[in-house]
Amino acid sequence: MNFSDLTTILPLITLVGWAIILILVDLFIPAQRKGIMAMLSAIGIMISLVIAICQFGGQTTAFSGMVVFDGFSVFLQILFLISGLAAIALAYDYIKRQGIERSEYYILLMFSLSGMTLMAMADDLIIIFLALELLSIPLYVLAGFANPRLDSEEAALKYFLLGSFSDAFVVFGTALVFGAARTTTIPGIIAAITVGAANLILLMVGAALILIGLGFKVSIVPFHMWTPDVYQGAPSSVTAFMAVGAKTAGFAALLRVFMAAFNTLAVDLVPVLWALAALTMILGNITAIVQGNIKRLLAYSSIAHTGYISMVLVTINQSRITQHAVGAALFYLVAYAVTSFGAWAVVITLEHSEGKGLNVEDYAGLGRKYPALAAAMTVFMLSFTGVPPTLGFLGKFYIFRAVLEGGYVGLAIIGVLTSLVSAYYYLRVVVVMYMREGEPLVRKEFWLSSTIFMTAIATVIVSIFSTPLFTWASKGIMFIPK
Amino acid sequence: MLPVSYFIGLAAVLFAIGTLGVLIRRNAIIIFMSVELMLNAGNLAFVSFARAFGLLDGQIFVFFIMAMAAAEVAVGLALIVDIFHTKQSIDIDQMNSMKG
Amino acid sequence: MAFWDYLPIAILFVISAGLAAIAVGLGHLFGPRKPTPKKLEPYESGMNPFGPGTRRMPVRFYLVAVLFILFDIEVVFFLPWAVVLKDLGITGLVEMIVFVSILVVGFIYAWKKGALEWE
Repeated sequence: MNFSDLTTILPLITLVGWAIILILVDLFIPAQRKGIMAMLSAIGIMISLVIAICQFGGQTTAFSGMVVFDGFSVFLQILFLISGLAAIALAYDYIKRQGIERSEYYILLMFSLSGMTLMAMADDLIIIFLALELLSIPLYVLAGFANPRLDSEEAALKYFLLGSFSDAFVVFGTALVFGAARTTTIPGIIAAITVGAANLILLMVGAALILIGLGFKVSIVPFHMWTPDVYQGAPSSVTAFMAVGAKTAGFAALLRVFMAAFNTLAVDLVPVLWALAALTMILGNITAIVQGNIKRLLAYSSIAHTGYISMVLVTINQSRITQHAVGAALFYLVAYAVTSFGAWAVVITLEHSEGKGLNVEDYAGLGRKYPALAAAMTVFMLSFTGVPPTLGFLGKFYIFRAVLEGGYVGLAIIGVLTSLVSAYYYLRVVVVMYMREGEPLVRKEFWLSSTIFMTAIATVIVSIFSTPLFTWASKGIMFIPK
Repeated sequence: MLPVSYFIGLAAVLFAIGTLGVLIRRNAIIIFMSVELMLNAGNLAFVSFARAFGLLDGQIFVFFIMAMAAAEVAVGLALIVDIFHTKQSIDIDQMNSMKG
Repeated sequence: MAFWDYLPIAILFVISAGLAAIAVGLGHLFGPRKPTPKKLEPYESGMNPFGPGTRRMPVRFYLVAVLFILFDIEVVFFLPWAVVLKDLGITGLVEMIVFVSILVVGFIYAWKKGALEWE
């Protein structure tokens, strides 16, 4: 280890160090003034964000190749840190209102965030495992944060049991890959495969187990069964963070590992990945139709979006379009993050105590009473569906383009058809807001409203000037030392 | 010395027992014990490979996995105790307060 | 061949398992059985058994156990560190100081939150 290793992971060190200091600071803040903690942790995340942006450019590895610093990692780090800020904005009033304002919320959020930033940089299967745990364990606790409310506790237990189950798959898969390639660093695995030193059967089994483990994290069908219950039971502000952060981190690992290290196994993997992506899109979208609870609806919608993003994984063996494919996935993740935070912020605005106000019917009359809020929600629903001019449309466009370039016309057709299906349930929310009479209960709060309007504006404006973002996303592709 | 494949076979059997335990048993604590069994199967595989290759890395990784497993135990036990407080049961078949 | 070296142990296993099976089996075959409710109760040194067999333990034991696991498992990092301390030099020392101070922060947190109080 030397000094340059430390500067490479400076955003991460800042985040962890700040969170540890906050643990101590928290002990001396009186109980009625815990709101300060939200501000303090936001400051920490912002410092980390500034450092991450300053580091922009250049490629290097650190800690003997366990951590890699490239465009991919910077892009994701910035995305994670902004998500963290949005998560704090969403939580600030909500947890006070729900009577669960404990300062551990923000500290756990920062620890989870540091796991995500580590995941963005991980270039070694062990680091990927550690990052996965570091981001998951605080999320298990956060999911149960509304205890003793039973649904929150149940959500936490389910998330915990299935989460640790999937981590065990990652561990065993990593062990087998270690046995096959005699190393766990991704460049090392690539080198072992290239010179033919790797035991391909062990490698294949290991890759399959890692795919299952990470598949649980990003909720690929058939590893998705925890998602609806956990998203429904967890406090909504946690769900928003989980839906964006944990999923993005899972995809960071999937893209890094499968696009770079396991692309030689493509002959066996591609049919499986094809089927998983198709199944995820179909099941997620069709099950979402029958949901009456908005949190469950968004949960199934998030499964469906997992399906769209995992479509790019079928192109793992076509190195000429890797840039486009990963760029499309990253762009989609940004679109998904912005739209999700907006939509969840609207959900939180309408949720009142004891989990009331969570049915789609509770949105009736929103268009008449709160036109701005309804307009914002409409933008988010259109973006989820993939209607221009929204980020969601461009995300889908880039993904479909990458898949078609890879020659998987069938998969792209399934994607388009399921998008049409999704229009039904997304537009149902819009119809209820504008066409039905009702008295929606809305809680106005500064941070919540500003998150809603900033994300709504970003969804439209960024989509009009999307080319720089896509160029940036596709430039960020892995730096593999030769 | 026994060939490494014996150890990996044992690890695979332990992993399979753990997986079956998670899928079949309904008591949250026992499910969690099965998960621990799966993690330790991974540890065994790591240590065996590390010994067979004469590499220390694999053995160091086991430390990290153990530390992570301990952190999971702490969180998991707390969650299970907590839900037992509310529900007087940790049977996961009875966890159905959410329906969709 | 290595396998035959284990043959005596296998024979020992078979004979001892067989003897035990014969002893229990004979008792079952020829012994008189007149079960009464008293006889079917668990044996507690002659006393009348009371209460369920498994008692509930106070939840504080779990808290102590959890804290013990968390702090105990960190020793796993101390041992290899101690073995190669001389080779690591000042860097190793600084790293361990950072590691221990993070643990201390956790300890202070647990202490201040009252996790170490028994009452």
